[in-house]
Amino acid sequence: MTMVNLTLNGKQVSADVPDNTLLVTFIRETMGLTGTHVGCDTSQCGACVVHVDGESLKSCTMLAAGAEGASVTTIEGIADGDSLHPMQQAFHENHGLQCGFCTPGMVMSAIELVQDNPNPSETEIREGLEGNICRCTGYHNIVKSVQAGAKMMGG
Amino acid sequence: MPEGSIKDGIGASVRRKEDKRFLTGSGRYTADITRPGQLHVHFIRSVHAHANIKAIRKDAAAAAEGVVAIFTGEDVAADGIGGPICGWVVTNRDGSPTNEPPHPILANGAVRYVGDHVVAVIAETLEQAMNAAELVEIDYEVLAPVVDLAHAGSGPQIHENVPGNMYFDFELGDEAAAAAALDSAATVVELEVRNNRLIPNAMEPRAALAEYDPIDDSYTLFTTSQNPHLTRLVIGAFMLSIPESKLRVVAPDVGGGFGSKIYVYPEEAVCTWASKKLQRPVKWTADRSESFLADAHGRDHINKVRMALDKDNRITGLRVDTVANIGSYLSAFSVVTPTILHAPLLSGCYRIPAIYTNVKGMATTTAPVDAYRGAGRPEATYLLERVMDTAARQVGMDPAEFRRMNFIPKDAFPYQTPVALQYDIGDYEPPLDKALEMIDYKGFEARRAEAASRGKYRGIGLSSYIEACGIAPSAVAGALGARVGLYESATVRVDPTGTVNVFTGTHSHGQGHDTTFAQIVADKLGVDIGSVEIIHGDSDRIPFGMGSYGSRSLAVGGAAIAKAVDKVIEKSKIIAAHLMEAADADVVFADGKFTVAGTDNEKGFGEIALAAYVPHNYPHDRLEPGLEETAFYDPLNFTYPSGTHIAEVEIDPSTGVVELVDWACCDDFGNLINPMIVEGQVHGGIAQGVGQALLENAHYDETGQLITASYMDYCMPRADDLPNFKVDYTVTACTHNDLGVKGCGEAGAIASPPALINAVIDALAPLGVTDMSMPATPEKVWRAINDAQTEAAE
Ligand code: FES
Ligand code: FES
Repeated sequence: MTMVNLTLNGKQVSADVPDNTLLVTFIRETMGLTGTHVGCDTSQCGACVVHVDGESLKSCTMLAAGAEGASVTTIEGIADGDSLHPMQQAFHENHGLQCGFCTPGMVMSAIELVQDNPNPSETEIREGLEGNICRCTGYHNIVKSVQAGAKMMGG
Repeated sequence: MPEGSIKDGIGASVRRKEDKRFLTGSGRYTADITRPGQLHVHFIRSVHAHANIKAIRKDAAAAAEGVVAIFTGEDVAADGIGGPICGWVVTNRDGSPTNEPPHPILANGAVRYVGDHVVAVIAETLEQAMNAAELVEIDYEVLAPVVDLAHAGSGPQIHENVPGNMYFDFELGDEAAAAAALDSAATVVELEVRNNRLIPNAMEPRAALAEYDPIDDSYTLFTTSQNPHLTRLVIGAFMLSIPESKLRVVAPDVGGGFGSKIYVYPEEAVCTWASKKLQRPVKWTADRSESFLADAHGRDHINKVRMALDKDNRITGLRVDTVANIGSYLSAFSVVTPTILHAPLLSGCYRIPAIYTNVKGMATTTAPVDAYRGAGRPEATYLLERVMDTAARQVGMDPAEFRRMNFIPKDAFPYQTPVALQYDIGDYEPPLDKALEMIDYKGFEARRAEAASRGKYRGIGLSSYIEACGIAPSAVAGALGARVGLYESATVRVDPTGTVNVFTGTHSHGQGHDTTFAQIVADKLGVDIGSVEIIHGDSDRIPFGMGSYGSRSLAVGGAAIAKAVDKVIEKSKIIAAHLMEAADADVVFADGKFTVAGTDNEKGFGEIALAAYVPHNYPHDRLEPGLEETAFYDPLNFTYPSGTHIAEVEIDPSTGVVELVDWACCDDFGNLINPMIVEGQVHGGIAQGVGQALLENAHYDETGQLITASYMDYCMPRADDLPNFKVDYTVTACTHNDLGVKGCGEAGAIASPPALINAVIDALAPLGVTDMSMPATPEKVWRAINDAQTEAAE
């Protein structure tokens, strides 16, 4: 067992978990934040993307212990109370989601994409989201959402 | 349709009511649910395609830490638990019935595909269950697999009661008439196509959590289902033999289905059965590898096509011989998909006087194959739209003009095809013309030349499709072998304060029903969309329902809602007439208000609702208090969406990579309730079709191992594989439902694969390439180019 201490959506949390606990399992099961999803077992789908110290990361690729002391942000942690994060708002306005399963990972990846590149072209968005699979939308409206989100985030 | 011209009502692109919970991480999918004391089950699956089980030794595993129970097929048999049933069977050519083998929920004596469920290991934690599974020893006697579909009939017999590995041998149409047309044809066009096998890959893996309540001897099952009532029926009546009232099935948020979550699978049945045996909740969540192995796969046909043309290039006849891979067991709609949902679509949008088809459904030692987005119609459309292009090329006509001259003319509706269906309405030229214009068809040769100057081959491909949605009516379906009804139910409950709850038997797993259905109700009742709540997915809350598949939710479920709302309005009118001391016939309802014609007497909808629940001044002699109405709607016919999709590609001859550079489509879905949501459905459907045509392929090797069992090997469409899509509509309103709607969920996946492959062939045609199989991978395309060049050089 390992004692893991980290900041989760701005709150200090700690728990004693088996050494091999993945960060995604820690978030979903130990902490009960089920907005972060698991869509695969080969780190290919991006449903589990969270931010660790501001960088987007597939949380199925990291041990919880590896995030010791880090600041982890999940989809539950980006809205400001009742008002959605601009990227969440953009996905809503542009119908960037259907079943919603890929959405948390997609939004978290999109936010980082725009943080790194405030004014991304369509091609840059498509390439930037290459690690996130969506089976529902055909990506057209996701790309539109990210473009709109980038504008709303001040790009 | 002008956005927002009708605020929140029918025709407005209302932003989705359901979005917020998904965007904030508060969606509630099955895997997100935990029950106190829950156990975890891990399934040991067959590693062989075909084998007899000689012995299972589980003692060491049973003694492992945390293990609570280990169940095998013998335990299932001892408790008399049944297996999944086939929901629709057909009669064979010779009048005999479909051969239906047993399908135990845990293998009993034999395994028939890699991934078949053999042992359920149940423990306190998932990790303990998985660790204990390592200690279970299974002795197999390995048998020869049956993998090659074309020769499945001569392989070793897989099921005792399926001789020649043939589940069914179905036919439709007039064989002699088709033969006569082919014999007297000026041109005969021949084509053999393979509809590649796909794995649905909804992003949410399947999951189940079952809980037993000893106090009233009842079960609750949370499961990833597109149709919770059917799951209740099958598990309750056919598997556990318990009264349906003792089983509540809840399908909460479901992360995509595309058909794969229609069927009842062994895992959810095992969880339910075990929850009583162990008196504790039992949970299972598939990992993606299990989804690849054991979700029902899709497509997998070989189609031999012969089309007859007269001297004017009009189609005079068509014969199609199909071999369909059904896999190791009969999944719920595995029989109907390649037969009833396929054969009647072979007329497409064309006037074809004589059609005959034979479909043989074969058993193989591969995962069960069932309906996947489009279900039978994509297979029909693919072969037809491919042969249309082949024919056009053979007779030297432009493919668009060849289609146009063979379209069923718009004055021919209702049109009776020679393959059972009667199309109520359609008009196929306007969407063709619009799509041609959207992609600038006329300018294509210039673009081809420009691409050639950059060393690229550019091609354009069309597909004019028709499909059939909202499978119906029940009586006809029953005569054709359906074992379920095909109606839908809706209850509209108005609260005393005028808010509205709609209980629908359809299920939304991404389609946006919370919004679309609310728009219908808001529009008809003249209330704010925010005061309409859509409730679905819980067998205890909904009267009954068939769930969502076959693009039926709006055309059937929406029509039921509209009927229930109409009943509410009728009752409200009587209440209003009473309150305003007028005759019923003088009361008019519009914009949420009841008025007495010719007066300024009016009552708001809220006032009527209140009067219905506080009936102090009320027509008690005529009406019961309350304002709640239920309607069941059984459609009179299928609906027939149609349209044209056009793909434009560029091929790099040095790599064989096909780049999809443009897409234009124009669909006729009848009236649109929410154009934004419809467009999203079209996009998603096209993306899945592009996946089929260019990227995806489920491949078993000759030993029956699934080679493409992860995202490393099964190529899913990603953002950078696709362009933006140009989408537009024409409208011919469906004639037999009140909303005039047809359904839009599958059209994209149906129309797109042949458009793409036709485009690829068009790009390579100057080299002499005439055929390309799906998926058109870089390797295949590169080889085709090289072979053609080598041949030309010789
Ligand atoms: S769960 Fe698929 S990448 Fe992490
Ligand atoms: S919205 Fe369903 S997977 Fe993306």
